[in-house]
Amino acid sequence: MGSGSSANPNNCPQRLEKRRTLPDATHPAFKAAVLIQRWYRRYVARLEMRRRCTWRIFQSIEYSCEQDQIKLHNFFSYLMDHFTPRSSGERDFISRMFTEEENYKESELEKFCDYDSVEVPDFYTGPHLSFPLLPDHAAALLEAFKQKQQLHAHYVLKLLHETRKHLKQLPNINHVSTCYSEEVTVCGDLHGQLDDLFLIFYKNGLPSPEKSYVFNGDFVDRGKNSIEILIILFAFLLVYPKEVHLNRGNHEDHMVNLRYGFTKEVMQKYKGHGKKILKMIQNVFCWLPLATLIDHKVLILHGGVSDTTDLDLLENIERHKFVSVLRGKKKKKPRLIDWRDINGDSINSSLTSLSSSSAMAPSMTDRMEFSKWVRKTVQEQLEKCRKLLEIESDSEDDDITCATSVAMSKTESELSESWQTIQEEWKQIIDVLWSDPMPQEGCIVNTVRGGGCYFGPDVTEKLLQKYNLQFLIRSHECKPEGYEFCHSRKVLTIFSASNYYEIGSNRGAYVKLGPDLVPHFVQYQASKIAHTLSMRQRISRVEESAFRALREKLFAHTSNLINAFKAYDKDDTGLITLSNWATAVESVLHLGLPWRMLRPQLVHNTTNGMMEYKSWLDDLAIEKRSQEHIQSSMLEIIYRNRSNLETIFRIIDSDHSGLISFEEFQQTWKLFSSHMNLELTDEGIYDLARTIDFNKDGNIDFNEFLEAFRLIERSHSEDKTDPKPTPKSSKR
Amino acid sequence: MAPQLWRRPCPARGTELPLWGRGRRLNYPQSRGVRGPPPRPGAPHAAMATALGGHGGGEGGSRRGEVGTIIRSLGCCPSEAELHDLLAEVEEEEPTGYIHLEKFLPMMTKVLMEKRYRPIPEDVLLHAFEVLDQNKNGYLTKQELIKCMTEEGEPFTQEEMEEMLSAAIDPETNKIRYKDYISMMVVDEN
Repeated sequence: MGSGSSANPNNCPQRLEKRRTLPDATHPAFKAAVLIQRWYRRYVARLEMRRRCTWRIFQSIEYSCEQDQIKLHNFFSYLMDHFTPRSSGERDFISRMFTEEENYKESELEKFCDYDSVEVPDFYTGPHLSFPLLPDHAAALLEAFKQKQQLHAHYVLKLLHETRKHLKQLPNINHVSTCYSEEVTVCGDLHGQLDDLFLIFYKNGLPSPEKSYVFNGDFVDRGKNSIEILIILFAFLLVYPKEVHLNRGNHEDHMVNLRYGFTKEVMQKYKGHGKKILKMIQNVFCWLPLATLIDHKVLILHGGVSDTTDLDLLENIERHKFVSVLRGKKKKKPRLIDWRDINGDSINSSLTSLSSSSAMAPSMTDRMEFSKWVRKTVQEQLEKCRKLLEIESDSEDDDITCATSVAMSKTESELSESWQTIQEEWKQIIDVLWSDPMPQEGCIVNTVRGGGCYFGPDVTEKLLQKYNLQFLIRSHECKPEGYEFCHSRKVLTIFSASNYYEIGSNRGAYVKLGPDLVPHFVQYQASKIAHTLSMRQRISRVEESAFRALREKLFAHTSNLINAFKAYDKDDTGLITLSNWATAVESVLHLGLPWRMLRPQLVHNTTNGMMEYKSWLDDLAIEKRSQEHIQSSMLEIIYRNRSNLETIFRIIDSDHSGLISFEEFQQTWKLFSSHMNLELTDEGIYDLARTIDFNKDGNIDFNEFLEAFRLIERSHSEDKTDPKPTPKSSKR
Repeated sequence: MAPQLWRRPCPARGTELPLWGRGRRLNYPQSRGVRGPPPRPGAPHAAMATALGGHGGGEGGSRRGEVGTIIRSLGCCPSEAELHDLLAEVEEEEPTGYIHLEKFLPMMTKVLMEKRYRPIPEDVLLHAFEVLDQNKNGYLTKQELIKCMTEEGEPFTQEEMEEMLSAAIDPETNKIRYKDYISMMVVDEN
C-alpha cells in the first residue's frame, strides 16, 4: 500500500516507511489483485492448519498405542515375577508366554535353524543365492522383489547365518570415513516400505565402493515388505561390507515385532519355516551395531542420547546380550541374579522361587480376587523392600519387583553389583534406541514411548563437546518433510518412509554428506497418486483418514464418554456445551488434541453452542454396526484393545499356528481383563469365545477374528482409487 | 533472525517436488502434550490455534512467520500489509523472530471481538476476478492470472502461484474459469 493511501485501513503513518511504494495503488486492477491474494492466503492458512491438526491426530494415536505396548509388557513382566501358578497347566501356560526370548548358544542355534534341512523344491522360480555373495546376486534380488517374487526360506536362513557371522565381527560403533568414498548417504526409518527403498536406490544409485550407505534402523514393522527390505539390506551388507552400515533401531526387537506386524508378515509369507526365520532374525538383530560415526565428527544413531550417554561405555558393551531392549527394567531378587535373567532365560527357576506374599495367589478363575491380590502383593513387597533394604524403587513403576526379605549376603551384594552394571548398560542402549529430542533444556523420562528419554539442547551440546563432534543424525520420528533440524541444527532427524500415516501424509528423505560434512537432502514421495493430487486434495485425503481413526477411538470409549458427559449434564437434558464436550473428551482419551479445533469435523449438529451427546455417540456406532453377531458392549471393548489382544494372542500362540484353544483364549482374556480392569463375567467371556469360534471346533482362529475388524476399515477405503489397506494409526 | 515482512524462511536445498509450498514452510511443533501456558478464559480458540500452529517451545512463543497462519486460520482475512501492522504491535522491541503468547492473545482477542478483517463475500471476490478479466470472457488465461498475481497487489511467491494454478486451472482448456473456481473453493471451506 502506498503511503497515505486511502486503501490503508489502519491509517498509521509511522509504520508505513518500510513498505514498498507500488505504482498506482488505486488502480482497480491493483485493488482486485490484493483482494484475491488476501483471500487466497487465508485459504492456504486454513489448509495448513488442517494439515497440522491431522498430523497431531496421527501422532497422538501412534504414541498412545506405543504406551499401550509398554503397559502390556510391564504387566506381563510383573506377572512373571509375581504369579504363583496353582497347577502345572497354569505353569505351562505362563512359561509358554515367556519362552519367546532365548539367547541360544551357537551350537543350539545351528541345530535349530538348520537351513540344509530346508529343501528348495524344483518348481521354485525365485532367485538363488550362493555364498559368498556377489553384486550380481544383490541386483538379482532387487529385480526379483520388483517382480513380487519371494526368496525361498532356505536362502533366507543361509543369508541370515552369514549376516550374523559378519555382524559379530563388527564393533558396537561403526566407523566410516569420507576419504574412501566421496559421499555417505544416510537413510532413516524404512518400516517395511519397499517402494521407498527402490526409490532411494533409483535416485541415488546402489551401494558400491564409491557409494557408502548408512541405514539408521527401523527397517521392519508396519509396512508390508519388511522381510524383503531386510533381505536386500543384508545382501548388500555382505557384498559391500566396507560401504554398507546398519544401525539397530527400536523395531529391531522381536517383542516390538509381535505387535507391529513383522512377526505376522514372516509367518504369513513363510508359513512353516517362519518360526525358524524369526528365531534367526532375533539373533541377528541383537548383533546389529548401535551407532555409526563419520570421520569422528558426525554421530548417527537411531533414537537419540541422554545425559548419561557414554560412548566409551557403549563401545564396550556386549551388545548381543540384549536380545530385546524392552525387558530388563525389573530388579530381580538378588539371589537369582544372572544376567540372562534380563532376557528371561531362567524363567522356570524364577517362577518356582517367587517371593510370595503371605497369602497364596488366588485361582485365576476369580478375576476380581486376582486383581486385588496382585495389587495387594505389590504394596506389601514395596513396603518390605523399603524397610529392610532401603532401596528406592523406580518412580515410574509401581509394579517393579523388589528383593526378598532375605538380607543381602556378601555374594548377593557382588551379584547385585554385576546386576548394577547390566542395568547401566541396558540404560545406555535403550536411551540410544528410544529417545527423542525436545525443545526445552534438560533430560526427562520419555513416558510417551515408555523407554529412553527426552533430551534437550543442553544435553546435545554437552555430548557434542565431550566427544568433539559436529552434529547428530537420528531417526525414530516421522517428519512431514522427511527431515528436520532441531537444537540449532545440531540434531538432524531423517525419516525415509514416505506416506507413513496415509498416502500424502509426508515425504521421505535421505541425506548425503561429503568430506565437508555439509548435509544435502533429497526428498521424495513414493506414490504416483500423491503426485497427481493438488495440495488441497492431498490434505483432504489424509484428513479423512485421520478423522476416521479418531472416530474409531471415540467409539471405543463410548461408555466412558457417556459418563463424562453426564457429569456435565446434571439435569439430564441430553445436551452439553461444546466447551464441556471438548474437556470431557480429552479427559477420557488423553490424546492431547485441540478438540475445539477438531470439533467441526466431528460434531455436525449443534444448536446455540450445545450438542446432543447421545445421538452423537449413536452416529459413531452406526459405522461399526455391521458386526451384528457380536454384542455391542463387547464390540467396544474389542475395538479399544485390538492391538493388545493381537499381541497377547501372538505370544500365546507360540507355535505360530494361528490357532489357540478355547481354554487358552479364556485364560488370556481373564489375564488381560485384570490388567485392564474390565468388567467381564465368565459368561461374557465364554460367549465371546463361542462367537469367535466360527467353525465350532473348539479352536479359535484369531487371524480370522481380527480380520473381521479390518474388513470394516477396508470398506471405508473402497471408494478411494488407490487405497492403502488401513491407515497405520488405526491398525496398530 | 531479521524480521521478515512477507517472505518466509528459505526452502531447503535439493527438494524435488513443488507440492508443499516450501516458501511457506513453517516449523512444526514437536507435538506431544500441551505446550505453553494454559489458555486464558475468553480466548480458548485463539490459544488452541496458537498451541497448534506455533513452535510453542515451552516459553509460550510462536515463530513470527507462523503467526500469519494462525491469525488467518482463526477466521480473519488480513492483507499482508495489515498483517505486518498487527505483528508490529506485538513484536518485541528487539525482534527475536518469536512472538510471545502473552502479547499475542490480548491482541488477537481484540481483533476477533471487533470482527476485524472479515472474510470476503463470494460476490465481492467474483467482482474482483471480473475486474481482472478485461475482455469479459468469463475466464482468465494462465498468463493473465500469473501476471496479475505476481506483479500486482501484494505479489505471490512462485510457490503460491504454482499452487493456485494447480487447483484453479482447467487442464483441458488451460484457462481459469474463475466462477467455477470460486464455487469449488467456497465449498471446500465449509
